[in-house]
Amino acid sequence: MQAFRTHTGRIAPLRRSNVDTDQIIPAVYLKRVARTGFEDGLFSSWRAAEPDFVLNRPEYAGATVLVAGPDFGTGSSREHAVWALLDYGFRVVVSSRYADIFRGNSLKAGLLTALVDQPVVERLWALADSDPTMSVTVDLVEQVITAGGEQAAFDIDSYSRWRLLEGLDDISLTEQHEAAITAFESSRAAWLPATTTPS
Amino acid sequence: MGSTLAEKVWESHLVRRQEGEPDLVYVDLHLVHEVTSPQAFDGLRLAGRTVRRPGLTIATEDHNVPTEAIDQPIADETSRIQVETLRGNCAEFGVRLHPMGDREQGIVHVIGPQLGLTQPGMTVVCGDSHTSTHGAFGALAFGIGTSEVEHVLATQTLSLRPFKTMAVTVTGRLRSGVTAKDIILAVIAQIGTAGGQGHVIEYRGPAVTALSMEARMTVCNMSIEAGARAGMIAPDETTFEFLRGKPHAPADFDSAVEYWRTLRTDEDAAFDTEVVLDADQLTPFVTWGTNPGQGAELDSAIPDPASFADPAERVSAEKALAYMGLTAGTPLREVAVDTVFLGSCTNGRIEDLRAAAAVLRGRQVSDGVRMLVVPGSMRVKEQAEAEGLDRVFAEAGAQWRSAGCSMCLGMNPDQLAPGERSASTSNRNFEGRQGKGGRTHLVSPLVAAATAVRGTLSAPSDLED
Repeated sequence: MQAFRTHTGRIAPLRRSNVDTDQIIPAVYLKRVARTGFEDGLFSSWRAAEPDFVLNRPEYAGATVLVAGPDFGTGSSREHAVWALLDYGFRVVVSSRYADIFRGNSLKAGLLTALVDQPVVERLWALADSDPTMSVTVDLVEQVITAGGEQAAFDIDSYSRWRLLEGLDDISLTEQHEAAITAFESSRAAWLPATTTPS
Repeated sequence: MGSTLAEKVWESHLVRRQEGEPDLVYVDLHLVHEVTSPQAFDGLRLAGRTVRRPGLTIATEDHNVPTEAIDQPIADETSRIQVETLRGNCAEFGVRLHPMGDREQGIVHVIGPQLGLTQPGMTVVCGDSHTSTHGAFGALAFGIGTSEVEHVLATQTLSLRPFKTMAVTVTGRLRSGVTAKDIILAVIAQIGTAGGQGHVIEYRGPAVTALSMEARMTVCNMSIEAGARAGMIAPDETTFEFLRGKPHAPADFDSAVEYWRTLRTDEDAAFDTEVVLDADQLTPFVTWGTNPGQGAELDSAIPDPASFADPAERVSAEKALAYMGLTAGTPLREVAVDTVFLGSCTNGRIEDLRAAAAVLRGRQVSDGVRMLVVPGSMRVKEQAEAEGLDRVFAEAGAQWRSAGCSMCLGMNPDQLAPGERSASTSNRNFEGRQGKGGRTHLVSPLVAAATAVRGTLSAPSDLED
């Protein structure tokens, strides 16, 4: 995973709540077997149907910080939603509430999902409306968002923050506990089902 | 203080706990399908890793598979490649696979229980959010993303923070014509799509213990639609009887039952959140909007967005009505549909097909309505055919198909056309979920069948004898 320390970029204000993963990337894009190239699927229905959708507006082209309404990423467990955001160029999502699986996926795949109070979201939306060229800095070391002379703290659990800062992959970390896993396995009840042979 | 069921299962799977770090939790059963696994297997290959416990892993093909002409190669090339990729990966890494055409093939959340692989007290994961279905057995079961799929394949564990616990107590007794689907739609409407966030829900109370295993699976299945990680129901005699004689049931069944009986929330345990619902008051529930929390009694009318106090909910309702092509104040019973879909991991089991067939027997699907009946697994299909249900559906004018996820998410050819409206027994009414521009109303199998007959959202009680 790519390490994340600090990022400066422009805001795309997504003024919608309850953005589900079917909107972030519809199921038809999930048939691919590669891990890259999902940018065409990102919000594809809204991009196709709504000429003034935020990602269709030239003033927000190249934005890398998506600021969205509450309950972002509800629904399916598809990590493709995170990949599509990253492939499109987003490095950070800011929202006041995320669906659990989406947030877990994002922090494992290197997309920073910064959790803030809704008033912070509203202020960032207002700033992006008044000046789409304005830069925002999201600093994971200090856990603050700086934009237009204002600062706001954001939440992320300390362990995920550490993993992102170091760019560590979970599997390598878990492999350090091989002995504990083996010990646990030796204590499992013998009657637990195996898929290989019906008992 | 005592522990909840969810806490007991969690603690009994703890591999490692360290202050300031997530817990390392062991996974008893990993279910795999073609959509969320290819990148995970690729990751293993790149790092030179193997599948640690192929014997705790099982795969099937469900999301992409066509439900017609299943003896032919899949016509859609990207779908075919994805399914073939799963076959190659399972062969290479030694994972048991039930491919299209196999007698055990079906929706991953239907085949686990029917094989007896899902048992009380286990941890079950899958790269699919509806893994919560398996919680009906008192297992701790939840959906994971592809990075975690790879993590489980490589280590048979997950690195996780403990979930919070929520009790949803359903008191009273369901009236005739009211089902598990109505319970869960009412729960989601009450607590909202974020109400369960961070929680495992334990469903309890007399109306829950009275449910069959199929019905319990319907309830637990949609826990994710309330934002919860998992849903659980304490195992009891109903659970044990369902498992008895299943292919993977423990050989020493009585000893297992003895342990399973200990899987209950202690009297003095405390939940982080508690919700109560009265089954006596429940009537058939349908959704009118574009998230599963936007539901109402079939007896009511499309709500006025202005009636929502919360501004975000008001905007969301306005957008939903615009997308759905609905007007506030219209009685839900007057909403006409083009398609009825009976199936999915929510309502594609034998009991669901029986309930719908009982309504359709001797009746006809309304002119201009297309009804698709898609069994959740090939075993469900086989059982339904043995009972003659396929003939009931065919004589009513419905299409009888083979097993898969089908129109629940439209990754195969079973889709809604733009603007088309469905009454669907599936789990998500998101914009475009069943096909670009499609409009979905979530309903129970009974409401689906009655709607097929009348052509507008209806309950069986609306039908003439």
